[in-house]
Amino acid sequence: MMPDSQLKRAAEPVAQTPFSPGIVSGRRTPDAYVEDFTDLSPPLDLHAVQVAADRCYFCHDAPCVTACPTGIDIPLFIREIATGMPEAAARTIFDSNILGGACARVCPTETLCEGACVREAAEGQPVQIGLLQRHATDTMMARQSHPYTRAADTGKSVAVVGAGPAGLACAHRLAMKGHKVTIYDARPKPGGLNEYGIAAYKMPDGFAQKEVDWLLQIGGITLVENWSLGRVGDGDLDGLRADHDAVFLAIGLSGVRALGAQGEDLEGVVSATDFIAQLRQTRDLSQLPIGRDVVVIGGGMTAIDAAVQAKLLGALNVTILYRRTRAEMPASGYEQELALSKGVRIIENAVPVALVGEGKLSAVECAYTRSGPEGLTITQDTFTVPAEQCFKAIGQVLGTLPEGPAVRGGKIVTDGAGRTDATRVWAGGDCTHAGDDLTVTAVAQGRDAAENIHTFLMEG
Amino acid sequence: MADLSCSFLGIKSPNPFWLASAPPTDKEYNVRRAFEAGWGGVVWKTLGSEGPPVVNVNGPRYGVIHGADRRVLGINNLELITDRSLEVNLREMAAVKRDYPDRALIASIMVPCEEEAWKAILPRVEETGADGIELNFGCPHGMAERGMGAAVGQVPEYIEMVTRWCKKYCSLPVIVKLTPNITDIRMPAEAAHRGGADAVSLINTINSITSVNLDLFSPEPVIDGKGSHGGYCGPAVKPIALNMVAEIARNPVTANLPISGIGGITSWRDAAEFIALGAGNVQVCTAAMTYGFKIVQEMIAGLSHYLDEKGLASVEDLVGRAVPNVTDWKYLNLNYVTKAEINQEDCINCGRCYAVCEDTSHQAIAVTSDRVYSVKEDECVACNLCVDVCPVDCISMRELAHGEVDLRTGKKVADYANWTTHPNNPGATAAE
Repeated sequence: MMPDSQLKRAAEPVAQTPFSPGIVSGRRTPDAYVEDFTDLSPPLDLHAVQVAADRCYFCHDAPCVTACPTGIDIPLFIREIATGMPEAAARTIFDSNILGGACARVCPTETLCEGACVREAAEGQPVQIGLLQRHATDTMMARQSHPYTRAADTGKSVAVVGAGPAGLACAHRLAMKGHKVTIYDARPKPGGLNEYGIAAYKMPDGFAQKEVDWLLQIGGITLVENWSLGRVGDGDLDGLRADHDAVFLAIGLSGVRALGAQGEDLEGVVSATDFIAQLRQTRDLSQLPIGRDVVVIGGGMTAIDAAVQAKLLGALNVTILYRRTRAEMPASGYEQELALSKGVRIIENAVPVALVGEGKLSAVECAYTRSGPEGLTITQDTFTVPAEQCFKAIGQVLGTLPEGPAVRGGKIVTDGAGRTDATRVWAGGDCTHAGDDLTVTAVAQGRDAAENIHTFLMEG
Repeated sequence: MADLSCSFLGIKSPNPFWLASAPPTDKEYNVRRAFEAGWGGVVWKTLGSEGPPVVNVNGPRYGVIHGADRRVLGINNLELITDRSLEVNLREMAAVKRDYPDRALIASIMVPCEEEAWKAILPRVEETGADGIELNFGCPHGMAERGMGAAVGQVPEYIEMVTRWCKKYCSLPVIVKLTPNITDIRMPAEAAHRGGADAVSLINTINSITSVNLDLFSPEPVIDGKGSHGGYCGPAVKPIALNMVAEIARNPVTANLPISGIGGITSWRDAAEFIALGAGNVQVCTAAMTYGFKIVQEMIAGLSHYLDEKGLASVEDLVGRAVPNVTDWKYLNLNYVTKAEINQEDCINCGRCYAVCEDTSHQAIAVTSDRVYSVKEDECVACNLCVDVCPVDCISMRELAHGEVDLRTGKKVADYANWTTHPNNPGATAAE
């Protein structure tokens, strides 16, 4: 071993490393960013597709279909793949879920279709439904052809607010039925969370935009970007109702729940969704600064996505604080394992009690929790985790509440068909009480609301 | 360890696994490798008359049927008999037999249906030291167009005639290889028997078109835009072969005629089934053509293990064990009643039993809203379809005890009774 005296100090400043203090960029080699932010689950090659498709049992009243919020006929599409017709399979998928390409990438299949697969029960190895769906949808989308055509123009017009999964699914279904649709979106680009809110490695290569472009090929849909509901100069619900025969609100949750802990305004404390949105819009990730020590607060998918990506950006220590146990985390076991495999530490049963620092965050003071008959209580048992950045991922809330529809628990109230109590206003996706914050659920709600809007419009 | 050595028609081989006359046995190189791998015997690729050999197509000669994961279920071929000269084949056979005296070496022969042709070739084959001859009356493609192969095998009179010639001009045991492309396999077998055959071997390949190329609109394999029917073999044909073997084994006329079983044998288990149905040994082709010669090691180990488990000392003890239990439908016990039973612990709730029973059978499976499947005994006719389609083998057939009430018919399970005495049978004989 080399004596200490011979250890050389770096004579000149070198590139940043994971050990560099502060919030800095370029902690890793340029190649590392490219490599780690590509596809988390690369597509199956043709042979693997055949093997995977052959494993499907073509179950009766298949549990995978029941488990899919959009009810895709999974055994049928897999059989279509197995018999050499991936494009017929894609059609089967898109009939139920026009964002089947995105869902193939981001769905927590381990808790939905694949979790329900009988081969999961039989062998602990479900049919790879997500990857098969991706194969089918990719095959069709690669041709850049769109399988649907618009019905004859009905002369009706619908405003869709929000170009995320719910809005896009609704707009597409309405356009298919011959209605004119205008999608208004507050961001510079459409796609919603697919573009701004999902971990980059789940949707690389600009897939979100490609999918929107493909979807819009149906025609009859006008996209208005940088338009925010209720913002002066843009418009409000009454204005939309005046200009359109119906309105579908798919505005998502743009507000972030506050921690309610001291020091929340320190530099370095940001919402996980803002961090992810910034990351997603950064072309060269080696330019995106990240702290050496990062704490993520929360236990959902957003927390996992933020933590894993912080780690991949080169943070040395990334810690997830979750107030309950891992078993109670909204993020699936698969997602938790992913985080752990990337070196993220998960501290269970802990909450932040104070964010510490002088202007800038330097540490998070935490306390353990205890769950009992009286609910979750915070104990006096505390500890401190160094942190230059803290990403809050304890849930999102509606941003500016739209005037009109009833809101309960911070979300818009709808009936089963997506209808609100406001005249000619429907809603779907994360902004409604019915959602479970999954892309696939948002798609189902958008699609179903479109069917209901169509019925309403045609009945007059 | 059970002794696998066999003496089939007095021809000794260390095990009952022979390679059938086919592409794998076309030349010395292959046969030596086969013997090194452990095969007990080889039926050399069919020899033709002296003179210019036949030619094969130069496009693809095999078509295929795949199961899941591209598992080969069946292959068809339109390869003809050996396309190498008779002299070369005979020389190689002699060399191989000299070096592997403990293995069986059989010459397969196909020459025109003329006495002179057979008379000419037989002594030359005998000179090689071969242990026996097999008459190829089976190939259904190509050669049959020229009046040979299946064209002979489909006419019992020809079979008898040629077999007689062979017995006349050759001292070696004569095995007649039968074509399955015929309505009643007993007829050609009886003809071979009449002609003095020492044994029959079956089945040869089945006339087939494996698939149609939907771009070129031609049968596969496509040869310059056209295809021809070929001989089908492999696991897919095994059930047909088993039945034909059994029909010959239980036919009083041919009951004592030794059989070399052929047709889709892929594992020791398949081989054991043929042997139990009366085959004295087996011949394998497609399995080797799918996996290579090494599979014989599994066959040897498996059969040996099975014989030990059953307390059988030799292959011979297994021969024909199942033949007495092959019977006519009319003798099946109509008072044998079973009901499907689903093992809920092993059930994975795929619902395939329900789908097939509800759609295509007797609506005898019930399902609850939480996907628990159970058998409605009052509807179940015991057809076995649910057992067949269950992917995890969790359904079994429970035999109702004597005296137990069959909920479907309301009748108690009675003593053995079959169709011959059934009241619905107009030709029934009175039951005692």
